[in-house]
Amino acid sequence: MQKKIGYYPGCSLEGSSREYSESVVTLANAFDVELVQVPDWNCCGATAAHNLNSILSFSLPARILAKAQEAEMDTIVVPCAACYNRLTMVQHELKKDDALRAEVNGIIEAELKCDIKILNIVQFIQMFVADFVASKQQFLFDKKVACYYGCLLVRPHDVLDFDRTEDPQSMDEVMKSLGANPIDWPFKTECCGAGMSVSRTDIVGRLSGRIVKEAADRGAEAIIVACPMCHSNLDMRRPALEKAMGEKLTIPVLYISQAIDMALGKSQKESGINRHFVPVNISLQNKVAAPQVVLEKTEEN
Amino acid sequence: MARIGVFICHCGENISATVDCEKVAKVASEFPGVTVSVDYKYMCSDPGQNMVKEAILEHNLTGVVVSACSPRMHEPTFRNACAEAGLNPFLCEMANIREHCSWVHEKSDATTDKAIDIVRTLVEKVKRNEALAPIYVPITKTAVVIGGGVAGIQASLDIADAGHKVVLVEREPSIGGHMSQLSETFPTLDCSQCILTPRMVDVARHPNITLYTYAEIESVDGSIGNFNVKIRLKSKSLDEKLCTGCGACIQKCPVKKIPSEFEQGLGKRTAIYVPFPQAVPNKPVIDRVNCTYYIKGKCKVCEIVCPTKAIRFDQEDSFVEVQAGALLLATGFDVLKTNFFPEYGYGKYEDVIDGLAFERLASASGPTKGEIRRPSDGEIPKKIVFIACAGSRDPAKGIEYCSKICCMYTAKHAMLYKHKVHEGTPYIFYMDIRATGKMYEEFVRRAIEEDEVKYIRGRVSQVYEKNGKLIVRGVDTLLMGQAVEIEADMVVLATAGIASPGSEELAQKLHVSYDKHKFFSEAHPKLKPVETNTAGIFLAGACQSTKDIPETVAAASAAASKVAGLFSNDLLKRDPLIAVVKKCAPPLYSSCTGCFMCIPVCPYQAIDKEEIKDRSGNIIKTISHINPGLCQGCGTCVAFCKSKSIDILGYNHDQVCAEVEALLNEW
Amino acid sequence: METNNTNSFEPKVVAFVCNWCTYAGADLTGTSRIKYATNVKIIRFPCTGRIDFMLLMKAFANGADGIIISGCHPNDCHYTSGNFHARRRWMIFRNLLDFIGMDVNRIVFSWVSAAEGAKWAEVVNESVDQFRQLGPATAYQKLIKNSEFQEVE
Repeated sequence: MQKKIGYYPGCSLEGSSREYSESVVTLANAFDVELVQVPDWNCCGATAAHNLNSILSFSLPARILAKAQEAEMDTIVVPCAACYNRLTMVQHELKKDDALRAEVNGIIEAELKCDIKILNIVQFIQMFVADFVASKQQFLFDKKVACYYGCLLVRPHDVLDFDRTEDPQSMDEVMKSLGANPIDWPFKTECCGAGMSVSRTDIVGRLSGRIVKEAADRGAEAIIVACPMCHSNLDMRRPALEKAMGEKLTIPVLYISQAIDMALGKSQKESGINRHFVPVNISLQNKVAAPQVVLEKTEEN
Repeated sequence: MARIGVFICHCGENISATVDCEKVAKVASEFPGVTVSVDYKYMCSDPGQNMVKEAILEHNLTGVVVSACSPRMHEPTFRNACAEAGLNPFLCEMANIREHCSWVHEKSDATTDKAIDIVRTLVEKVKRNEALAPIYVPITKTAVVIGGGVAGIQASLDIADAGHKVVLVEREPSIGGHMSQLSETFPTLDCSQCILTPRMVDVARHPNITLYTYAEIESVDGSIGNFNVKIRLKSKSLDEKLCTGCGACIQKCPVKKIPSEFEQGLGKRTAIYVPFPQAVPNKPVIDRVNCTYYIKGKCKVCEIVCPTKAIRFDQEDSFVEVQAGALLLATGFDVLKTNFFPEYGYGKYEDVIDGLAFERLASASGPTKGEIRRPSDGEIPKKIVFIACAGSRDPAKGIEYCSKICCMYTAKHAMLYKHKVHEGTPYIFYMDIRATGKMYEEFVRRAIEEDEVKYIRGRVSQVYEKNGKLIVRGVDTLLMGQAVEIEADMVVLATAGIASPGSEELAQKLHVSYDKHKFFSEAHPKLKPVETNTAGIFLAGACQSTKDIPETVAAASAAASKVAGLFSNDLLKRDPLIAVVKKCAPPLYSSCTGCFMCIPVCPYQAIDKEEIKDRSGNIIKTISHINPGLCQGCGTCVAFCKSKSIDILGYNHDQVCAEVEALLNEW
Repeated sequence: METNNTNSFEPKVVAFVCNWCTYAGADLTGTSRIKYATNVKIIRFPCTGRIDFMLLMKAFANGADGIIISGCHPNDCHYTSGNFHARRRWMIFRNLLDFIGMDVNRIVFSWVSAAEGAKWAEVVNESVDQFRQLGPATAYQKLIKNSEFQEVE
């Protein structure tokens, strides 16, 4: 049976990270979930708006929520960690502050109820994918992976109430269920440099370089991410990273949705992996071929 | 027939400047039941008080209203004066026409009228006052001290030295508490065991002290002066009378690899063990969870080697009941062992330890004989990073309060390390340095200046292991927030001090209130720091909030002196302004319907059930009963009683109704 | 709300206060010589938890135009929890008052600590103003008369 839920891709997933959107849609389709875009959505304001104009930073996400409410969506999935963070924060603030909500309602000409369930990509996977993945999985993701959560997915804990702020585990659990061996490493929530990507690529080189090098040094074969900003810094900016670290770094960076797509046997095109800058040379073992041996091995870890 | 005397005070001009006192006296003299009404310049002066006394004798007064200042000021003065003249002191009331009238209003007829109304109100009240006598409760002069750490030891010795019996209950096999684990103590750096163990021995030898170790409180009934405490003596699997403490069993016990609680897991112990060599009593117990005999049904090596045949494998828990006049809680604290800070790697990396473990490393009797060697490989660490406030002052992840002792013990740790490893470098990350005790600030300065401890003001964001080193990443907020990275060999976390496990259950057994962190609550944070809201139960030491040794000992002695004070009388005298359940003649006995709504609302657990029986012992009725030893007279039960069967002496229903009527009727 | 236009009306106000906080607070108002309206007269209780709310009805029956109840601030109660019980009882009692047609604005419930002498004067003055606006309290007397009338019938 086809389930329908709201979908807010956000700007990045239309542009520099369109492969993330492609992989999420492929993943949802594979599990009979139809993602319906929030009609006439706009930019969430990301990190720029709340540095410049507080009320604008509330109004932009509020309008998105209003549009979703208008379309009678009770749940929306927001794969971009920054959009997820902004939408959740704004809904939280507006819910508790009547005066602010009244002001924002006036600006966006809507009556917000602030009761939309906003899911990040990991929560979406937990709700719609995790229970069924075993039956659909064709390949074992039998690799050492480094799950990298970034800043925005788990913080601030009081509002998001998702996973542990330090040493989060939710993506590790998902990857384990695919047969992967997630490494224990210290940089799960380090800053990648984020928006400095454009203005100060050298800083990003240093910050992201450290993350990628640490993952590689600890033997990871892939870095798993859940944020388009993190991905472009770790992937697209790889030359800058290599320059800062003074060494060649070949470890590929995958969205968690792409990792599942791979395990499901989706093509590189379907999951958008072909768009990556760092080539993804990962070949997975057929699940049926040697299931027992591999499973035991992962359990040990 | 009431014969009330009314005495209007001018208070110099304080009252008479705005109130026409002569008029008040004149009007009052015409109130029904008023026999004498006079005004005088200073009623509280000797001649003024004599006026009252003489009037009582001359007119055989049944009640006195002194219309002057607040009763909070001079009620005791005038009640004493009345008592001297032979009038029951509770038949004297004060009408407050100064603070509540002359001082807050301008001179006017309205002000005088108000004063008259106030006097009338109190006259009507005093007509209904009853002669009351103080309540006397007999006292059993034995104290039960719960917890055998330094607080319990100090309190027990103080009470025992004052000549009273003490029962000291400790749940571990030995007394000594956390203080016995410490290496040296700040700010004097004297050895903790050297100052504590003699006191432990004193406890064991004191003729007034009965010591129960490996024991816990099972239940507590009764109230101040007369508690009945049931103590569970956990089975030691040993006949203590026969055991000489020779230690042969410990040497031969085949199970030798149990992490020692006393050594914070850094050392090992056997299944039959004493926690540490200076333990009091120095007799072993069998840890049944780890003992081969209890697991597999055979072994009994200890029984074979015991020269006095003291081992008792089939011994069961036993109980003793103690009658006590007071209880003293000294259950101490614990340090937070937590995964609150996964980023500090506590529990993940062997070389990240807590402060208590470091104490054992630094202790001459510890697992390394006092050499600072890291747990993972026994190497001497070249750099140690100490992280203060690991959990304290952190409402987001830990606890919001300051644990208070960590600044000092962290400075001490760094100093001890430097004294033992001269070439080593200690770093301390801190938020603030709180060194407010006597010689404390000087101690910290010494650590910084003489021992060159590197203090870095800032928080640590992360500790992770790389190439055998612990990488500590933090920030130096005094260098404009510059990131700092230290490659350390060992990390010591000053984890927060928390309430001792089991505090909540104990508090519920004793009906002692506790805060949200499970620390016991004192009756008043400033004026009753060692009392609890439950009369006869006192607090000492870190069970109330984390405290250092000097404070703990001070609190213990304070609590002990409260107990000794209580025990200095054979009877306990209390103010009689308490609630009573009204009784009447058979067949009703009492209008109390036995709904017992009053029981849960009483803040002092002073209400229980009373059975009214006929001569052959059959229960006729069950009604509420208020324990006069516990009731504090708040009256909450009075307002809750649906059948108006409870009244509070001094503020009874008749009195307050008469006050309301008198206040309004003539207005 | 009942309304009244006579400006000369002076309400009779009874204050039920606890011994430990508000009574002492009112003492402080006196020692600080802060002036307030003479309309208020105080009756002392050990604790607001002691105040049987039937006493409020008694006061209205005897001609009070307004009532102030004041005790220790939450968590400051001398007896730990008496003021919480009073507050809870008040929440229920005001619904009952409302139900029988009494104006709940005739009762002011406040916390005044032993250190808040100035606040006590404010509470008194504001309450007296409020009761003055409401005019004489006759609703309860009418209520009693009505019930007596029905009984006769």
